[in-house]
Amino acid sequence: MSIDLDTARRVAKLARIEVAEDALPALADEFNTILGFIEQLNEVDITGVEPMTSVTPMRLKRRDDGVTDGDRQAEVLSNAPDAREGFFAVPKVVE
Amino acid sequence: MSALSKLTIAEARDRLRAGEVSAVELTEACLAEIDGARALNAFVHDTPEIARAQAEAADARIAAGDAPAMCGIPVGIKDLFCTQGVPSQAGSKILEGFRPEYESTVTRQLFEAGAVMLGKLNMDEFAMGSSNETSTYGNAVSPWRRGNDATPLTPGGSSGGSAAAVAADLCLAATGTDTGGSIRQPAAFVGITGLKPTYGRCSRWGIVAFASSLDQAGPMTKSVRDAAIMLQAMAGHDPKDSTSADLLLPDFEAALTGDVRGKKIGIPREYRMDGMPEEIETLWARGAEMLRDAGAEIVDISLPHTKYALPAYYVIAPAEASSNLARYDGVRYGRRARLAQGDGVTEMYEKTRAEGFGHEVQRRVMIGTYVLSAGFYDAYYNRARRVRALIKRDFERAFADGVEAILTPATPSAAFGLGEITDADPVQMYLNDVFTVTVNLAGLPGISVPAGIDAQGLPLGLQLIGRPWDEADLLNTAYALEGAAGFVSKPAKWW
Repeated sequence: MSIDLDTARRVAKLARIEVAEDALPALADEFNTILGFIEQLNEVDITGVEPMTSVTPMRLKRRDDGVTDGDRQAEVLSNAPDAREGFFAVPKVVE
Repeated sequence: MSALSKLTIAEARDRLRAGEVSAVELTEACLAEIDGARALNAFVHDTPEIARAQAEAADARIAAGDAPAMCGIPVGIKDLFCTQGVPSQAGSKILEGFRPEYESTVTRQLFEAGAVMLGKLNMDEFAMGSSNETSTYGNAVSPWRRGNDATPLTPGGSSGGSAAAVAADLCLAATGTDTGGSIRQPAAFVGITGLKPTYGRCSRWGIVAFASSLDQAGPMTKSVRDAAIMLQAMAGHDPKDSTSADLLLPDFEAALTGDVRGKKIGIPREYRMDGMPEEIETLWARGAEMLRDAGAEIVDISLPHTKYALPAYYVIAPAEASSNLARYDGVRYGRRARLAQGDGVTEMYEKTRAEGFGHEVQRRVMIGTYVLSAGFYDAYYNRARRVRALIKRDFERAFADGVEAILTPATPSAAFGLGEITDADPVQMYLNDVFTVTVNLAGLPGISVPAGIDAQGLPLGLQLIGRPWDEADLLNTAYALEGAAGFVSKPAKWW
């Protein structure tokens, strides 16, 4: 499987990373090198093998569904690049 | 004074308790060393005020007779750990200016045990790298050189700053994290001990996430005993990390008897690779001999899916990273790109991430996005997870046959020069982790122990892999190997 410019452009878009048009060919080449390396996995017989979901079998712990934290608006916002009136501020989303 | 920074944790602990030295003296000695070692670019955010306050508090605790083993011990903290009020950037430009409002569980536990934080340590961006060359702070530099050749060498990665700082005696020990080899490979490159515990042994809470099913924190120290002491303070169940194990912690240091008589040590034939330097091969054979001389039984074993570990890793780790790194969007923390007139929220995301992430991080996020995208999920991601199950099964079979530890080389070569592996072929860099990555995929504990010096005068390490949750036994085997190898070399000071 080889990655063409359209696929590279689409992946960059999905990942929300701006990539200049003239940087796409090099990017596609790098993807192809890495994917070529990954292709080796096709040699492995995986019939009847379940995908590994957890490293050690353990039951997830449960706790009461109660409020244990909160009231930290100032701390939550303290690192925001733009916070106004107790909210995160972003460019206009709805016209 | 400078000799104080050369102490091991165990030596410093004993001298602190005997009243022969104070935590303040130890801390001042380390701060002076750090100031004199800017050429290594190991410490990237210094915290002398915090260090001095913690040292004074430690001295008061010691005077009051309440001194846990880590009390008063000056350490460095990898930049991946969130430390309250102190820059925690994961080596990335996108987290510029970020000062966490909270403390990671591992650092909180270390501080509660009395440890002193000297500052934050350099690392590859988001722990993605094997040479510390992807950091926004610039390269960390190894204190080691090839004889009289002044070519700057890599301290390894991603915990390169931690490795350089411990090897150069800027601190007594450091925290690291290991997703594919990021504790063990740098430890081997600079001649120190590096332990990756069993997945779930140390809480991941407050550690900037790279690949959540693989990430694990561990100690980087000057001796195996120090690794046992420091692990004791770092490990334990944490309700804030649902994958942290609710198991009683054994006394790791007490397990160090050095007795390995009758212990079955496996030598996996698949780790003998084409093109491996003869020195590595020889070191490996010598390591097996040392353990045999100590009374262990050496057996050949097979881990047939070893070859597929790196390709499986380069599906699973980028997939998890693409998901974890989705949070860096310029909204809640870190840096936001300057926007043009009319730019909307999508342009804000795209520009922020293009400008904030370095090249390797962008590459991995996009590979992860691709392997998780519609139509490829089964072909790549699910296949890799199935292969991962087979890799884990290989180890389980070896352990079921009575093997108690597995001995391998830690790295396929000694440290290379900065810039010697070009960015154009990412796969060549990935091969550095060929012996360590299997351990992360299987969730096992692994330790790198310095065991020899190559013809150019650079350290080489051996890796021991243990059974899950049996770090105590693994540390004891490593202790026996350390004693037999008798590695005492130190880099000659040039910085």
